[in-house]
Amino acid sequence: MDAGSLSSSGTLKTRSRYPLQEQFIQRKSSKENLDRFIPNRSAMDFDYAHYMLTDGNKGKENPVGNSPSREAYRKQLAESLNMNRTRILAFKNKPPAPVDLIPHELSNVLQGNNRSVKPRRFIPQTSERTLDAPDLVDDYYLNLLDWGSANVLAIALGSTVYLWDATNGSTSELVTFEDEDGPVTSVSWGPDGRHIAVGLNNSEVQLWDTASNRQLRTLRGGHSQRVGSLAWNNHILTTGGMDGRIINNDVRIRSHIVETYSGHEQEVCGLKWSASGSQLASGGNDNLLYIWDRATASSNSTTQWLHRLEDHTSAVKALAWCPFQSNLLATGGGSGDRCIKFWNTHTGACLNSIDTGSQVCSLLWNKNERELLSSHGFTQNQLTLWKYPSMVKMAELNGHTSRVLFMAQSPDGCTVASAAADETLRFWNVFGAPESASKAAPKARVEPFSNVNRIR
Amino acid sequence: MAARTVAKDIITLRGSAAIVSEFFGYAANSILYNRGVYPEESFVKVKKYGLPMLLTEDEGVKSFMTNLTAQLSEWLEAGKLQRVVLVIMSKATSEVLERWNFSIETDGEVVEKGISREKSDKEIMREIQAIMRQIASSITYLPCLDEPCVFDVLAYTDTDVAVPFTWIESDPKLIANPQMVKLHSFDTKIHKVDTLVSYKNDEWDEE
Repeated sequence: MDAGSLSSSGTLKTRSRYPLQEQFIQRKSSKENLDRFIPNRSAMDFDYAHYMLTDGNKGKENPVGNSPSREAYRKQLAESLNMNRTRILAFKNKPPAPVDLIPHELSNVLQGNNRSVKPRRFIPQTSERTLDAPDLVDDYYLNLLDWGSANVLAIALGSTVYLWDATNGSTSELVTFEDEDGPVTSVSWGPDGRHIAVGLNNSEVQLWDTASNRQLRTLRGGHSQRVGSLAWNNHILTTGGMDGRIINNDVRIRSHIVETYSGHEQEVCGLKWSASGSQLASGGNDNLLYIWDRATASSNSTTQWLHRLEDHTSAVKALAWCPFQSNLLATGGGSGDRCIKFWNTHTGACLNSIDTGSQVCSLLWNKNERELLSSHGFTQNQLTLWKYPSMVKMAELNGHTSRVLFMAQSPDGCTVASAAADETLRFWNVFGAPESASKAAPKARVEPFSNVNRIR
Repeated sequence: MAARTVAKDIITLRGSAAIVSEFFGYAANSILYNRGVYPEESFVKVKKYGLPMLLTEDEGVKSFMTNLTAQLSEWLEAGKLQRVVLVIMSKATSEVLERWNFSIETDGEVVEKGISREKSDKEIMREIQAIMRQIASSITYLPCLDEPCVFDVLAYTDTDVAVPFTWIESDPKLIANPQMVKLHSFDTKIHKVDTLVSYKNDEWDEE
């Protein structure tokens, strides 16, 4: 059986017995071009063909190249070698783009053409770093984590405020409060990243200078109960207390209380100024979300809210203003509500509502992409990354073993720190690097050969 | 009325040169698109020769083409251009994979005496259209260019042509043992353009 196949291949080579293969091999050996049907009669050189069929083979000068194209090639070769007849010129400026375009063909196609198709970003599923956070108060209504603009993370553990410098990883203790004052119920960095406001269980708010570890002043007299939420708007520090009051404090002046917002009937646990500083969102344990307008605030009479939104069915703690759309606010409800809702804060309209299936403790927008990160409690204790506005789940980050109470975003927007009731502080590289390349504006197309004068 | 019709069918040397160089610009764009030398997305559709033609939007390629056609039409008017070759090479190895050969025969009498010929615009356009159709359909038999490619353009001119500042002498960038397919020709009665594509023998046939 082996011999048979051997002998048949042997015949092929020597005698070419099989018709089909014979033809195939002959074509190969003679380098003819018989597989092409060329319908252009006018392009065929019949005189030449006739010559080749009749007298052509007499002269044995050209035994193999007997097809017209072969002859054309030979002529072309002769011409090009015969430089005294023709000059071959090439444009000195080579077309530059193919050299640049082709190696990054994919990335150019994707990024250069204003298409929103981007190479998928790798989202690490595990935390980049885990720090121990002993004595972290497991209280949904507090705000104990903040990442300042100077890249220093502040976290309150019990009655002590710790600072963790993200640039070198060093930890320092800012202050420990007396048992009758503490525990700390909220921390918030000032816009300069140097001054920090600390809300206390005894209804006081203290301002600290972290450069000199010195207390600057104490704001008291505004609240009657603990201060669980803080928000800065330039020199205005807004504080929200368990008494349901929201107070604007001008930290520069002696009588610091400049405005009071009254609306909440229970503890204010979420407080965020919009990026422009014109609107304040506040969420409370009374399941209410209020939007306040800075322009209509006054110190004398109690200020009327801009919107009073009753859609959440549980405490509203998680608040996040959209970085790319100034009037868009995302809010998350507590364990009885489990929803993330989106609001147009100009009109007060609810744009979308998503049931996440568990308590929403915290919300953060990605500064670089249209994405929203939410942190949750029972049952998964996960961080969920959502695509906005489709609200497709992009990733779920597991690791925490108890509800993820607080989240804070690094100043560059890439890293997120999360503190959970399992007394750990975890860092997630979830938002990726900022996009650097600016898209080139499309230019108007010009008729290309316009330099060629058409006479006719 | 009759006089007008006659006047319309007159073709001058300059007009012919413009038609040929414009033809070359569109043909080169069509080849670059059809052979996938540049990404599809960098081309836009325009109507030309009664066909949808594709033109590159890439600034670099566009300016290359503009400079090229400008120089070609100058040479064509002088009757010094014998051939234009568009070469497609492998980017990695610079191996020549395809040569699109446009041979040009110029009517010497027209160049010398400055006379004009008669051929209707419509007829020329129809001939060019046939070539463009063939270029577009060539992808059915040309081997796949499955690696990144670059292109270059060679101009074969008479020896007495002074080399312009922006041009350099080049080797012919020939393909060893090529397959060749001759396409349609067109003739303005002043310039006759023959199109031929030669390409590297597909190794698949050899095995």
